[in-house]
Amino acid sequence: MRPILKRLDVGSARERREIVHDEWKYVSLGEEGTDLIVPLAELKNWRNHRGRLGVRLAPADQVEDLGDDVKLLSLVAIDFPSAGEGRGFSQARLLRSQRFGFSGELRAVGAGVKQDLLFIMARCGIDAFELAPGQKVEEALRAFQRYTVAYQPAEPLASIQQQRYHVAG
Amino acid sequence: MRHAPIIEPMYQYDQLDQAFVDQRVAEFRDQTRRFLAGELSEDEFKAVRLRNGLYIQRHAPMLRIAIPYGLLSTRQLRKLGDIAQKYDRSFGHFTTRTNLQLNWPKLESVPDILAELATVQMHAIQTSGNCIRNVTADHMAGIATDEVDDPRPYCEIIRQWANLHPEFNYLPRKFKIAVTGSPEDRAASEVHDVGLHLRRDAAGQIGFQVLVGGGLGRTPIIGQVIKDFLPLPDLLSYLDAILRVYNRYGRRDNIHKARIKILVKAVGIAKFRDQVETEWRAAKDISPALEMAQVDRIRAFFKPPAYESLPDSDVTAGREPQFQAWYRYNTRAHKVAGYRAAFVSLKAHGQNPGDISSAQMAAVADLADRVSFGMVRVTHNQNLLLADVKQSELYGVWQELHRLGLAMPNIGTLTDMIACPGLDFCSLANAGTLNVAQQIQKQFDDLDYLYDLGDIEVKMSGCMNACGHHHVGHIGILGVDKHGEEWYQITLGGSVNGFTALGQVIGPSVAQADVASTIERIVDVYRAEREDGERFIETFRRIGVKPFKEGVYAAHSEAA
Repeated sequence: MRPILKRLDVGSARERREIVHDEWKYVSLGEEGTDLIVPLAELKNWRNHRGRLGVRLAPADQVEDLGDDVKLLSLVAIDFPSAGEGRGFSQARLLRSQRFGFSGELRAVGAGVKQDLLFIMARCGIDAFELAPGQKVEEALRAFQRYTVAYQPAEPLASIQQQRYHVAG
Repeated sequence: MRHAPIIEPMYQYDQLDQAFVDQRVAEFRDQTRRFLAGELSEDEFKAVRLRNGLYIQRHAPMLRIAIPYGLLSTRQLRKLGDIAQKYDRSFGHFTTRTNLQLNWPKLESVPDILAELATVQMHAIQTSGNCIRNVTADHMAGIATDEVDDPRPYCEIIRQWANLHPEFNYLPRKFKIAVTGSPEDRAASEVHDVGLHLRRDAAGQIGFQVLVGGGLGRTPIIGQVIKDFLPLPDLLSYLDAILRVYNRYGRRDNIHKARIKILVKAVGIAKFRDQVETEWRAAKDISPALEMAQVDRIRAFFKPPAYESLPDSDVTAGREPQFQAWYRYNTRAHKVAGYRAAFVSLKAHGQNPGDISSAQMAAVADLADRVSFGMVRVTHNQNLLLADVKQSELYGVWQELHRLGLAMPNIGTLTDMIACPGLDFCSLANAGTLNVAQQIQKQFDDLDYLYDLGDIEVKMSGCMNACGHHHVGHIGILGVDKHGEEWYQITLGGSVNGFTALGQVIGPSVAQADVASTIERIVDVYRAEREDGERFIETFRRIGVKPFKEGVYAAHSEAA
């Protein structure tokens, strides 16, 4: 079973992350099970799947192509195949916006899921991380704590502007 | 009793800004430690070191320190001088992005350098890498006589927004933004990924004309207007929309086709505009409008310094000709009576354009403390500017700059040339620039001759990445590699101030030893052809490239 570093307390001010054992199976890897992650191109074939349904987006996939199927999804896996590939950040941020309103698990997957990117991934709304091989869990957990401030309005930190201009309620 | 702290007329970090840069330093210290311990691969470290300004160069690492919109307090300038002395070879190089490059720091010292920078509210964040780079502005910001509004507060707003933007830190390619507040574009904004021109609408409200898709490099393109008037509150939401469209659709398969200019060119400005506008309207929830409280807070830092009420006066009468020449070439009108702006020329003949020693940095800082409210500016032409000098102080300023070797009265002339560090330092370069610069300085060492030639902008790059902006030089020089030898391609007619145009290649490239003599032949054509009072660029526009071509290559074949 793949270990997944997951935020367990979505919505609360204090972040708590733990390694959980993955119950999801990847159709692309020939895996079988109740909770299935399928490639975007195959999503239409799985609309009547009885278990939970997830989709895996490649960097070139357009989130708009999810259409109304986004409502069927409990998980979206976003692929970060290498350090320089940045389209996943926009996919994540869009999915978390009102336009798509996705509130299920947003999972970073791929060889680029390494400690130095976890903080900005989290700020784009990603809440689960399938760490690349060789990544140390303790270091990864600390990576989320590197910054206590940020300039942009994004989860989970209030932005510096929000802190400056609005007294915390 | 406590003394009031010195508050320079520039943005001052609060504890939140300070926490951010301090945490950034701590992060990079850990990343460097992991790299040196073998826990981070070369490639993994590259992505994070570039975003902290650290290149691995020909001889040593190179650290590029951000100077946001070119503004420095003397405290910061002294710190830069100290750092160059302590960690490098006691000099630094100012670039066309108004950054300072150190060419010889030790990799393992860089976290300490960044920590020292953080003590004076400076950093090297995003001075390289495929992310939003240091934002630049008009060096005459706040003092120009023709200004709509001071661009610096908006630059600061952009600086904060860009720093570690979670969505836009891994773009297809680098992204450069410039802001100008005057009709005369002194920031080369039309050759930026985004250029912002401050405007007022009919109701007097501040906003921006937005240009997109400009850039130099291998494929030079002039930016196009994407929005004629963007109201100020929408500044960041609109930039977000441009960046999101670029991040999603910009090419990532070929580094040479990855800048936003290629995307804009491929889809056309009309379609690109539609994409951005659609995204902008749909993304209001994740890109909220700027709050005026935020704008006002930042504007307040850029209040004009405490100018005295003084008359304009003639301070050159009866002074020596050298001072009169310096006054004419190296000072500029100021919007406040009794003041002028004075350039600190980093273009002395015999030195590398843009270079300055630690001792000179300290001395310029002392001078600025005495005569220019403790502030210094860096220009994209690789000079410094003392922006707020009383006219009555100019003679003393000249004497001091002269003593420091920083009073070369050549601003705006042929030897006030831009040059990248070239093959001597940069691992991308094909050819040397510094030796060619010195060759040109030698050839044009006679000031009367320089003055007779008038306003000529020479810009030189050591490779087609165009850090020296050669495409927009009146005379552009591009170093190329020809079978392992350094050759130089000459372009004419480029320009960037007021009217942006790309230079035209005059013909086959010339050998290194012939660059200065080729330029001499070019200016000979100008001198023969010019009409009364006509500047070089005006003559070029009137007569075209052909007479210059003939002048250069006919002479060449005769000689051969």
